[in-house]
Amino acid sequence: MRNSFYTTQFPRRDLLKAGGALIVGLNCGNALFAQEPDAVAFAAGPDQPDPKHLDTWLAIHSDNTATIFIGFVELGQGCSTALLQIAAEELDLDMSQVKSVRMETHSAPNQGGTVASSSIARGGPRIRAAAAEARLALLSLASKKLNSPLSSLAVSKGIVSVVGNPKRSVTYGQLTGDKPLDIPFTGKAPLKPASEYKVVGTSVPRKDIPDKVSGKYVYMQHVSVPGMLHGRVVRPRGQGAYGAGAKVVDVDESSIRNIAGAQIVHRRDFVGVVAPSEWDAVRAAQQLKVTWDTTPSLSGTDGLFDQMRNAKTSDKVVLERGDVAMVLGRAAHVVSETCRGPYQSHAPFGPNCALADVKAGSAQVMCSTQNPYETRGKIAVVLGIPVATVKVQYYEGSGTYGHSCYDDVAEAAAIMSQAVGKPVRVQFMRWDEHGWDNYGPAHLADIRAGADGDGNLVAYEYHGYQHVWIWTETSEQLALGTAPSEMDAGVSDTVTPFNVGGMYNVPNVRLVNHRVPGLSGYLKGSYLRSPLDISFSFTSEQAIDQLAYLAGMDPALFRQRNIKDARWLGVLNAVAKSAGWTPRRAASNLSDAKLVKGRGIAVGTHITSYGAAVADIEVDKETGQIVAKHLYGALDAGLVINPGFVENQISGMLVQATSRILKEEVTFTTTNVTSLDWNSYPILRFEECPEVTAVVVQRLDEKSSGAGEELTGPAAAAIANAFFDATGVRMREYPLTPNRVKAALARA
Amino acid sequence: MANPLTIKVNERLWPIAATADTPLLYVLSNELLLQGPRFGCGLAQCGSCSVLVDGVETRSCVTPVGSVQGKSITTLEGLPAWYAKQKRLQNPPALHPVQQALIDEQALQCGYCFNGMVIKASELLSKVPKPTEAQIRSAMNGHLCRCGTYPRILKAIQRASQTIPETPK
Repeated sequence: MRNSFYTTQFPRRDLLKAGGALIVGLNCGNALFAQEPDAVAFAAGPDQPDPKHLDTWLAIHSDNTATIFIGFVELGQGCSTALLQIAAEELDLDMSQVKSVRMETHSAPNQGGTVASSSIARGGPRIRAAAAEARLALLSLASKKLNSPLSSLAVSKGIVSVVGNPKRSVTYGQLTGDKPLDIPFTGKAPLKPASEYKVVGTSVPRKDIPDKVSGKYVYMQHVSVPGMLHGRVVRPRGQGAYGAGAKVVDVDESSIRNIAGAQIVHRRDFVGVVAPSEWDAVRAAQQLKVTWDTTPSLSGTDGLFDQMRNAKTSDKVVLERGDVAMVLGRAAHVVSETCRGPYQSHAPFGPNCALADVKAGSAQVMCSTQNPYETRGKIAVVLGIPVATVKVQYYEGSGTYGHSCYDDVAEAAAIMSQAVGKPVRVQFMRWDEHGWDNYGPAHLADIRAGADGDGNLVAYEYHGYQHVWIWTETSEQLALGTAPSEMDAGVSDTVTPFNVGGMYNVPNVRLVNHRVPGLSGYLKGSYLRSPLDISFSFTSEQAIDQLAYLAGMDPALFRQRNIKDARWLGVLNAVAKSAGWTPRRAASNLSDAKLVKGRGIAVGTHITSYGAAVADIEVDKETGQIVAKHLYGALDAGLVINPGFVENQISGMLVQATSRILKEEVTFTTTNVTSLDWNSYPILRFEECPEVTAVVVQRLDEKSSGAGEELTGPAAAAIANAFFDATGVRMREYPLTPNRVKAALARA
Repeated sequence: MANPLTIKVNERLWPIAATADTPLLYVLSNELLLQGPRFGCGLAQCGSCSVLVDGVETRSCVTPVGSVQGKSITTLEGLPAWYAKQKRLQNPPALHPVQQALIDEQALQCGYCFNGMVIKASELLSKVPKPTEAQIRSAMNGHLCRCGTYPRILKAIQRASQTIPETPK
């Protein structure tokens, strides 16, 4: 598959003709589209397939198999298999009869990006409806062919037969031959009731795993094309403030003259090197002497939260209910705390990589973007060519967990290819990826909450401070001088009523978002798995836990008392049961021993779904070391297509949350980021990894919702609450590193 | 111009065009077109690029290709044959038992780190056929996974250790 770059250039309609296809159409304005306003907005244009045609979504082949065209990308979460399960279910095909193809612009449906754990929630209904409509069309054909009414027909594995007379049968492939069916897609075909599901709701194995284990899987980092050069970016080690960029004072071209074949690409402040040999490109990038402007632009890690506290914020009351101030004034138990969460890095295990071939009038870019259509637009900007002439193909890289440097490296490859007139493969070095990431933003929170003497929550007030996400990628900013800009809305802009305190039944609530101006001396920020939720949960769930403590109640019982929603109660009870939770007041078993144990519980989510976690930890009070022994996570994500995949996601979230709450923090001086590798930005290791127990709360009668982020916050908060249980001390800032723990214990 | 460098990879000798100081990883990726070892950090911190050199797990990103002349390199692709040789099997299996166990446990998420995981676990089981959990965790501690799949990798290694027969004397 080395040269698949060139073999997949033809439009998909030709591919359909070659493979034989069922092609159906789709009406606009139906209920499905109404659920997906973003897809509608993206839907038009000659350079992407028309979502009003069913051949945009699936094709039936003469060999009685189906290809499903999916506008979401596989990120290791299993969505490429789970979406096929939905199609196989509605089409009555076996899993071996369905496949998907590589996502690329121009031929794949534009479904607005694989973000916010929404592949199943947004992609599932469309594929389900398309498959159901295709099945209905096929049955109509079969009815004529077999001269038997629709009601007499049954389907199994794509073979349509007359009930009671199985010899009278015909396959989907025989019905379509190599001709498209060409009927409108109304979105109104009846769907199979959940009670009849045979494939959906079962843990079929992932299609990508065997090749990933054997080494046959083609990751982005493996792709090469004939005549390509290897490129590396040359930047200061570690970014300064977003907006300050990186300013070249001087490039000493003679410094790499001894590396034959190495070329410098220098466009405004963008500097890169290319060479026929990868090692030469790596060497040249390290050897090239560039003098950078090193004017301080940052607060430094230690000054960060003062800077945020003193910032001129734009404030917005997100939710105001009742009279928080008055009720807190007379509540039996009141908690008032300030908590801090650091910048954290996506830190994909393999740095991002991209390959671009820019020719006169066209460009082809292969990369690991979560949104090929959006990346296409960014590439067009840096190249100065029309969007329609840019084709972006998706190749999976290593788990990105949000907006890591995939667009940045794709732009870099495009810029270098355009400059040298050859295909260029660019892979970031470890320090590029760690140092120029779009970090999950830091968060500062003030919380006040109160309960009455019976343990009922009466008031809840949360003030969240953070800057929002960046819009301009580094390569574009450096090469074009584009002014840095921030997204003006979105998850990053707000404390959300659902994530923050929304699970509790509280009569008086005040949620205030304080938007910090991100262009005034902060790092680049963007969405990192479950954006801000660890900080929200760390703050909010510790406050709730503390109120339970002050009320003399078991923390699980306190939460049960204050939650009315059946789905929140469902996950809370499920995780408590799984962990064998025994009610008692937190911190009621304190000991003077060096090594102490604690257990904590928390609930939380990310926009959708319902999560609850329990953590068992050990704390060494002398070294300050926290060891997570066992984490339990329960997730209600509505209708779960593949419980095995969701268990894997839960397990991964529990481990990654443990890593983020205990270890991860981006560090920086006044000039640049200094956490540039796995030593300076440590993540959880094998010996530190807790045992995990994943509980999927299946809800066949509820819509599917996200399952890749929602336990991150509660898992982290459960660890913080377990620390209190073990020590009687509350932590106000994470990560809970040994030094921070020792300092907190010493203060107590 | 003839190049003096030749290395033995997966039981085959390969003439190498790269200079002796080139890290082995780039030779395996770009000259031999192998997809097992892959770039992760270039600093020997993560285990992404691991190969076996004479049966010992080695970080190919910091190993000059000139230093492995005369040694036997095994990559992910050659692991089933390496295993068969070790166990004196007539035919190599399609997959090393560790690889099969990882499929059985559906252990992967993105799977990028699994080259190193498989190499290291295979090395471990070749030395310690029935490791304790603590031995597994200790052996695997230098291999990072960002997706957090450690618990399933642990189970897979335990599963594989149950299926691997004793090495013939």
